[in-house]
Amino acid sequence: MEEKKNIRFLSGNEACGEGAIVAGCRFFGGYPISPSSEIAEFMSKRLPLAGGKFIQMEDEISSIAAVLGASLAGVKSMTATSGPGFSLMQENIGFGAMAEIPAVIVDVMRGGPSTGNPTGPSQSDVMAIRWGSHGDYPAIALCPESVNEVFLLTIEAFNIAEFLRTPVVLAMDEITAHMREKVEILGEEDVKIIKRKKPEKHPYLPYEYGEDLIPPLPGYGEGFRFHVTGLNHDKTGFPTNKSELMEEGNRRIMDKVEVNKEKIIKHEEFFTDDCEILVVAFGSSARAAKRAVRTAREKGIKAGLFRPLTLYPLSEKALRSIARKAKKVIVPEMNLGQYILIVERVIGQGIPIVGINQVDGEPITPSRILSKIEE
Amino acid sequence: MSQRYEIRLAGSGGQGLILGGIIFSEAAAIYDRKFATQTQSYGPESRGGASKSEVVISDEEVDYPKATNPDVVLLFTEAAKEKYLPMCRKDAIIIADSDLVKSEIPSEYSKVVKVPLTRIAKESVGREFVANIVALGLIRELTNIVSEESLEKALLTRIPKGTEEMNKKALKLGKEAAKKYGVHLLKA
Repeated sequence: MEEKKNIRFLSGNEACGEGAIVAGCRFFGGYPISPSSEIAEFMSKRLPLAGGKFIQMEDEISSIAAVLGASLAGVKSMTATSGPGFSLMQENIGFGAMAEIPAVIVDVMRGGPSTGNPTGPSQSDVMAIRWGSHGDYPAIALCPESVNEVFLLTIEAFNIAEFLRTPVVLAMDEITAHMREKVEILGEEDVKIIKRKKPEKHPYLPYEYGEDLIPPLPGYGEGFRFHVTGLNHDKTGFPTNKSELMEEGNRRIMDKVEVNKEKIIKHEEFFTDDCEILVVAFGSSARAAKRAVRTAREKGIKAGLFRPLTLYPLSEKALRSIARKAKKVIVPEMNLGQYILIVERVIGQGIPIVGINQVDGEPITPSRILSKIEE
Repeated sequence: MSQRYEIRLAGSGGQGLILGGIIFSEAAAIYDRKFATQTQSYGPESRGGASKSEVVISDEEVDYPKATNPDVVLLFTEAAKEKYLPMCRKDAIIIADSDLVKSEIPSEYSKVVKVPLTRIAKESVGREFVANIVALGLIRELTNIVSEESLEKALLTRIPKGTEEMNKKALKLGKEAAKKYGVHLLKA
């Protein structure tokens, strides 16, 4: 069986490109920036061969605008960037959430603020991913820890974006993006591929929805005319000032994620059955945490790891139930304490929740996490 | 615990250390069917500046992908020696390019191999830039952590067309260098 598998030795960025192609992505608009540049490089070579289009835009504002436009034309679309570019994209990410346009934005996190540390690992965008654009909007973010998972979660990011009609962020750090390891490249026929729901008949109201709260989305040019705006709009897609309709629209874009949450949330539990010291970590920090947990277990310490694969929305119930048995929670992250705010909100007061924070451009080591476990 | 083997290649940008790490880890992961990760760290410069490439090879899935206590350390510049030698285990295999690392390596390090890798590449292949491949041949011979066939296969898939013979020769020179300069380690 092993013989038949397509096992390759790729970097996370290359695996992201492979995943996007398998997911059906046929448009990439972007502006190269370290440590995400290899994704643009990959897509520029591979998309034309797959019948897609690659455009290098003049900056990140136009990149995300091009991606949203291409998506409205009915094409699965993606961009990839890093901190400074991600900041520039924020307004249009909100536009995508408001107008309900599926899109995948890969953010390979690097040290910040500003241009910071282009080649060093970081996880300092996790709050920008949640709150970077103004207004209330549903943030969805996936965070892989390995090259194989980059491939799978890139496909998943497209599936969620198409299913929920909203922008989805794939949040990587430089280590996951540049690290090379084995990845199994699956074919289209071996993975689940979700395509956006389309309207079937006229008369057609672009923002009319059913029980799942998700309106169908036709591609431009397919015979369904519709208007797209970032203003509060009614079911016709045109702006409205009616307070009840504004309230309804604003709540619905949040609620459609909430009611469908169970279908998209993902997490991994590692030695959590009897764990007293719980580590909550994501991305490459989770791999350091796994090693620390293993070593702690060898020393007879009941440590465990909870790893969110969806940073947003988080598997809150699962985290809360594991934390209930824990005496201490440790949150290592390559920033000065961002995701710990989410963990604190979910777990609440009662047990100590401590962070391990590092912003020196070096990864958090297993031994640093282990000493905190042993404290 | 799994058998975990760590290699750190340290020098400066342009010496091919990242490619070297990729080839070595790919040999282990794809052709020897083990598990391996290759990671790197370098500065914002496009050439020059410190560069480091790390390989972790294991019988089972690698959790932490960076080297924590390397078994082999290759030092390709004086600056790399200054920075990474103090972090080395005393019994780690330490390989230094003897023309590029002039300062002394203290005798407390028990497994030191000084080899003029870059000079060998230049004089015997005619191309200085295959010094990284000479180093791979040397490391393979000293450690036997990947098979000879796998390393050559991985090498041939990762290099530009037309340079196959030159690279194969570099690999072979590395093997010979191990016998000449690292004979004290081969016996052990």
